[in-house]
Amino acid sequence: MSPAAGFGAPSGIYVAGVGLTPVGEHWELSLREIALQAIEAARADAGGLRPQALFVGNMLAPALSGQTHLGALLADFAGLRGIEAAVFEAAGASGGAALRQACLALASGMIDSALVVGVEKITDRIGPAVNAALAGAADADYEAVQGITPTAQAALLMRRYMHEHQVPAGGLAGFALAAHANAVDNPYAIYRRRLTAEDYAGAPRISDPVTLLDAAPVADGAAALLLTRGEAYPPGAHRPAARVAASAVATSALALHDQPDPLFLSAAALACQRAYAQAGVGPKEIQLFELHDAFTVYAALALEAAGFAERGQGWRLAADGRITRDGLIPISTFGGSKARGDPGGATGVYQVAEVVLQVQGRAGPAQVQGARLGMAQCLGGAAATAVTHILTRDDSARQGSDSS
Amino acid sequence: MLKPIQDVGFVGYGAYIPRYRLPAREVARIWKSDDEGLPIREKAVAGLDEDVVTMSIEAARNALARAGIDPSEIRAVWVGSESHPYAVKPTSTIVAEALGAVPHTQAADWEFACKAGTEAVQAAIGLVGSGMARYALSIGMDTAQGRPGDALEYTAGAGGAAYLLGPAAESMAVIEGSYSFVTDTPDFWRRANERYPEHGQRFTGEPAYFKHIEAAAGALMEATGTRPADFAHAVFHQPNTKFPQRVAKTLGFTPEQIRAGLLVPVIGNTYAGSALVGLTAVLDAAEPEQRILVVSFGSGAGSDAFCLRTTGALLERRQRAPSTQDYIDRRTEIDYATYARYRGKLTLE
Repeated sequence: MSPAAGFGAPSGIYVAGVGLTPVGEHWELSLREIALQAIEAARADAGGLRPQALFVGNMLAPALSGQTHLGALLADFAGLRGIEAAVFEAAGASGGAALRQACLALASGMIDSALVVGVEKITDRIGPAVNAALAGAADADYEAVQGITPTAQAALLMRRYMHEHQVPAGGLAGFALAAHANAVDNPYAIYRRRLTAEDYAGAPRISDPVTLLDAAPVADGAAALLLTRGEAYPPGAHRPAARVAASAVATSALALHDQPDPLFLSAAALACQRAYAQAGVGPKEIQLFELHDAFTVYAALALEAAGFAERGQGWRLAADGRITRDGLIPISTFGGSKARGDPGGATGVYQVAEVVLQVQGRAGPAQVQGARLGMAQCLGGAAATAVTHILTRDDSARQGSDSS
Repeated sequence: MLKPIQDVGFVGYGAYIPRYRLPAREVARIWKSDDEGLPIREKAVAGLDEDVVTMSIEAARNALARAGIDPSEIRAVWVGSESHPYAVKPTSTIVAEALGAVPHTQAADWEFACKAGTEAVQAAIGLVGSGMARYALSIGMDTAQGRPGDALEYTAGAGGAAYLLGPAAESMAVIEGSYSFVTDTPDFWRRANERYPEHGQRFTGEPAYFKHIEAAAGALMEATGTRPADFAHAVFHQPNTKFPQRVAKTLGFTPEQIRAGLLVPVIGNTYAGSALVGLTAVLDAAEPEQRILVVSFGSGAGSDAFCLRTTGALLERRQRAPSTQDYIDRRTEIDYATYARYRGKLTLE
């Protein structure tokens, strides 16, 4: 392990399999059934490998399903009774947080294989119950008690961003349009249809200036990753390996009003800096970026925090068409939360699974040509937690050797 | 498919829609919503002196006028509604008494959200088709409840229809077959002693309305060997304008086929009366020897589907009572405050 800026870089950790399920309103499926589908898909993709530990990312099960203790529940339901298992929660960054913990465990050498599953079951409850649960990501004593919701927080940020940086009305439209265009090629996306500028301009306002088409649809979903240490990588896979090149977490103040500069996502910037240092790369080397786009303004702010744009200029990347799959920095290549759908604490796992498919050249019609190095970053709450992972294509590990 | 031993049909039918109209834009004005994309244009509202009892009597008298029979020959009076004035005490006995059908008759109230009326029709087909009765009266009528500010307040309307079931030979429309499809699906409900219903928002669509109507319509068409093109008209339960349009398209019906029976834009969702009052509008306009498909939907959830064929008696007898359009044209617009007073939204201690 080589120290990087005081933080260890992951060494010899590979994604041996990914499992995705459609994001949607799965009224006929329970939380455990959705998770099982993702787990079985990931295990099948990894040649049936049985993991030694399960790391669950979930945000809303206690509030919306009355269910805690997802580690034991999902391990048992997935036929893995007996393995080590626990759940990790960091609001919308829960999936990334679970993956980070899996990386730590693998890097410690105490386990050789880990299953990460992000799962969210939302549609058993409606309206006020869902909004109250989502508001739990904010500061309960100082924000949620006043009635703030994630949508209202995004509205505050968007209004301030547009004011500070003279963003014209419709200036953020490009994020929604590009995400929807990319989702057309994603069989797991909730909205596989293109949007027009007219659609965006005519969308109803839900929390001024946030419109329906600035907001990602919160929906059910599960995604899973099977990780191995290099020496445990299953041999005989006829595809390039995807290696975890960086795994970093950072936090900031939970309440928006405690942020000295709310338009600078300090946790996101810190997590990216740590990840870049671990991987020995900078934003110029990153070929695609699965970022947090639960609301369009966060996509602009995340691009700025990650160093792809100057302060106040992130929106121009979308407006100028530089975030498409053949653009300068492709984002939301499978539709992002905006069009693939936003399954809360599962989002971070979807993002990494999508980056893995990209760097392995397995993204099908969603493929970013020549992608070998990609980054994923999920945010919790109003960006109080940021989890960043960098994945790289590793041809040398094709036969199972530990090349890192 | 449900098919009785003896052929049964509608010997008479009658609509009733109260005169007051609350425009959806008026609800939007009070609750600060966009005028864009409102679910209907306006809904019918019952007046201060109207309820499911009085409205059922109006519709039933229209049905009896078209049937031309003696009310004492009616062997069952069944009223389906989710707005029965009493929790305990039948609506149907008051209606039967007012019509002159008592005392040698049965009477009961039916409850199955928006398909209580068509369930009463299914039961009447059995009663008449088995020979236990010559005539049975089935009514679907509602003064639907919508919590102030809820999405339902735009559409929860008032109205319905009555059908006198009897021998096919005397009928204005013969029932060629029917079918029911029911599951335990909690999409919309009102618990005992609650004033307003609750609903599962988007869950009321795909797994509820669309699943049950598509299944019931599909099964009945397969059993009767019919295709959408075989029907001159089709009526689907109408909670808003979009749902019946979409389910018609999915099943392969044209906008023209559902046009005559699509009343929801101008009277709202009349719940247990919805599909049945759509059918009265179709019977007002249909020609003899035309096929009509009717499919209700009740939350909770289920659908009743009916395959009808009109007869020559239709033209001769339908002029004997006001048409559905007559009631739609009898229109007095009210504002939200008047609506709140008429519907008892204001309670004074």
